[in-house]
Amino acid sequence: MPLPKEITDLIGKVIVSTIYEVEEGAIARFAEAVDDPNPLYWDEAHARESRHGSIIAPPGFFGWPVKRSGEPEDRFLLLPALAKAGYSRILDGGIEWEFFSPVRAGDRLKVETTLKNIVERSGKTGKTVFMIRETKYTREDGEMVATERHTTIHPAS
Amino acid sequence: MGDEISPLAKVATTQMLVRWAGASGDFVPLHYDEAFARSQGLPGVIIHGALQRQWLVQLVTDWIGGEGILRKFSCQYRAVDFPRPMKTLTEPQQGDTWWCKGRVTAKHAENATHYLDCEVRVENGKGEVTTSGKATVILLSRLS
Repeated sequence: MPLPKEITDLIGKVIVSTIYEVEEGAIARFAEAVDDPNPLYWDEAHARESRHGSIIAPPGFFGWPVKRSGEPEDRFLLLPALAKAGYSRILDGGIEWEFFSPVRAGDRLKVETTLKNIVERSGKTGKTVFMIRETKYTREDGEMVATERHTTIHPAS
Repeated sequence: MGDEISPLAKVATTQMLVRWAGASGDFVPLHYDEAFARSQGLPGVIIHGALQRQWLVQLVTDWIGGEGILRKFSCQYRAVDFPRPMKTLTEPQQGDTWWCKGRVTAKHAENATHYLDCEVRVENGKGEVTTSGKATVILLSRLS
């Protein structure tokens, strides 16, 4: 069964456009979850003396740990449509980041995700869908913070 | 700064996985619901790939300290790993320790900016590489 048109029509389109508000507490909890004791992520006095001048987030701090506002995210659109097409499982296929500027507590990041590609492939263990999403994180003044290319793998259920 | 990156030890516990789920927003039940993990053919809950990814980010940021900038990072997940269960409220049971390791693979300069390319990996208690990746860092001390 080919992928439904409601999914393939989204290729090349922006599927998430929202604002992330980066909270200091969320940065500290993220670093704590990794067991990363770097004081740049929680100690204001230390961070002020560093070349950053204020608390920053660990590279890779994107996604959930910030308050979202704006449009619904793709998981409410794409994942149910994929499940309906017989792909209800999800595996993380890896990530590629480029970092241009550290994320700071108090930042409001504009987040824009494009569905780069989604393809169905047949292999020895059955059919699998590969999805590639590209995301740009920018400050409100337009400064680019990071770009991300995320692959997810969806084996047929 | 040598060609080998100082290794970083990590112990993944079921408690750490719950903390990561909350901090990252990954609520896939494979990582905290034993019965669900078994229903998916796994022997137990598995460590989030993205948690191991952040261990590798820490490996690099610890190594470069204030003298460098992490400019690019990528990784892939090669096999699943299982966390240590808890023995007490705060202490894990005996079991695996994971080692994050890496090395410099290339040095290059562009417009007076000096870059190091590195390979990084997570090895589990059996010595298997379960997450591997690449990082490119800028050395600030050599910025002109």
